[in-house]
Amino acid sequence: MTGEAGAPAVVRIASVEKRFEAGGGGTVALAGIDLDIGRGEFVSLIGPSGCGKSTLLRLIGDLIAPSAGTVEVNGKAAHAARLGREYGIVFQAPVLFEWRTVEDNVKLPLELMGMGRPDRERRARAMLELVELGEFARHHPYQLSGGMQQRVAIARALALEPAILLMDEPFGALDEMTRERMNSEVLRIWRQTGTTIVFVTHSIPEAVFLSTRVVVMSARPGRITRLVEVPLAHPRNDETREDPTYFRLVTEVREALRGGGGGSDATDGVDGPSPERLAAEGGIG
Amino acid sequence: MTAAATPLGTPVTRPPGAAQRLARTLRETAPAIVVFVAVIVAWEVIVRALAIRAFILPPPSAIVAALGENWDGARWSLSESARTTLFEALGGLVIGTVVGVAVAFAIARWATMRDAALPFAIAANAIPIIAIAPIFNAWFGVTNPLSKMMLAALLVFFPVMINVTRGLMQVEPSAIELMRSYAASEWEILRRVRIPNALPYFLTALKLATTLSLIGAIVGEYFGGSSTVIGRVVVQSASALRFDVTWAAIILGAGAGIMLYLAVTALERLLIPWHASLRGEVA
Repeated sequence: MTGEAGAPAVVRIASVEKRFEAGGGGTVALAGIDLDIGRGEFVSLIGPSGCGKSTLLRLIGDLIAPSAGTVEVNGKAAHAARLGREYGIVFQAPVLFEWRTVEDNVKLPLELMGMGRPDRERRARAMLELVELGEFARHHPYQLSGGMQQRVAIARALALEPAILLMDEPFGALDEMTRERMNSEVLRIWRQTGTTIVFVTHSIPEAVFLSTRVVVMSARPGRITRLVEVPLAHPRNDETREDPTYFRLVTEVREALRGGGGGSDATDGVDGPSPERLAAEGGIG
Repeated sequence: MTAAATPLGTPVTRPPGAAQRLARTLRETAPAIVVFVAVIVAWEVIVRALAIRAFILPPPSAIVAALGENWDGARWSLSESARTTLFEALGGLVIGTVVGVAVAFAIARWATMRDAALPFAIAANAIPIIAIAPIFNAWFGVTNPLSKMMLAALLVFFPVMINVTRGLMQVEPSAIELMRSYAASEWEILRRVRIPNALPYFLTALKLATTLSLIGAIVGEYFGGSSTVIGRVVVQSASALRFDVTWAAIILGAGAGIMLYLAVTALERLLIPWHASLRGEVA
């Protein structure tokens, strides 16, 4: 299930660079990025704020274009993959439309691809069952808790059975207890669907607990400083969090972050608006 | 939403039954009714006790009597006046809203439209309505109700245009990113995100516009035209010192405004039951 050597790559990023021309001169958000992500992998991008991890996620999703280099998804240019609706995206905010019921929010991508009504109905039901919210189909988003809303967002993202699921700090706004529950939830969904996930996070424990591989990044310019394989067994659960290997890996990632020269901690720094935030037009968070 | 939507007894409020709803309505409206009755009684008592003369303030009983006598009177026909003025206001409301919404869509779609149209819209909004009224009467015909409608439309246009533009444009950037990740076209984004997002803004503007449309129509009437309209009845009855009739006309004008406002409120319940401002009534 994890991305073994030789498994077909879902994402191929080659010599990618991203510059933002905002305000005199421009900043280099990402430089010299090379990364392959295999089918079925769960890859976390972690780094201090300003390291360009959200920018990298948006490059993969073709929400922004690289200044140099290429991004391929499923053997196609990222742009073609987006037009082929091969992505599911989950942001930090659930971005549910309040005028639609839970069920209709999940149906949105299915409507956009022109799926017939009975199929839409069936698929939306199945997705809500997958995130264990079947009985809330007819509710409106505001009637759900933050964690439940984020599960609806995941159901919507998976509705098209995307080749790749992009998650941008999806649990950043949730409390610690909910966050741990959501982590187990997302791992279960990942194992059940076999989808490839790219996951941006600020949290070292979250990255290690979830991933098959952790990509450690540093800032100014944003680059990849370390790839940490996570050989923890599946299924992962509360015992995993007490495993010595888990602790060793958390330490390894922490030290990689420290050595990366991009800040002393993985938590959000206080160094002003980062290029990735500018890229997101200040919209999330 | 029905009770069936909460099969597991989830913490979602159930729709209240008819009896409960009635009780709630009574509880909510009772204070307003009590205050209203108290004010009317005090008004009547004070006017009589202090022997205030009718041209300063007629007692409510005299106003009600004037309303009855002149409902279909030979000199003043209050019912026909109210109908005509309401018709003018409604026409202006429709014209101003249609143009306001159309300009808002154009502005939201093309940045160049924003630069080209906005200064003119702001200038139009800055025109004192009283100053332009005689000119509109000349342009559209002093006896033609269209001259009053256009004045009302001028007042209605701006708040509708500004609010709808805001509603179309102030969409969460991540909502747009989400739609783009599904390869949605600009048209799909407009239809499925921007328009629903703009509906609450539109209805808020429409509530404002109901009052403005009556002001526009009545101001237009002051400057000539048919005499069976609220504005003319006010002017003529006041100069004839029949202030009981003036007050009756004012009350009818206010009644027309309230009717329009309530119609928009009903539209709101129909179009945006999901919106935060109405949730108490749907959940």
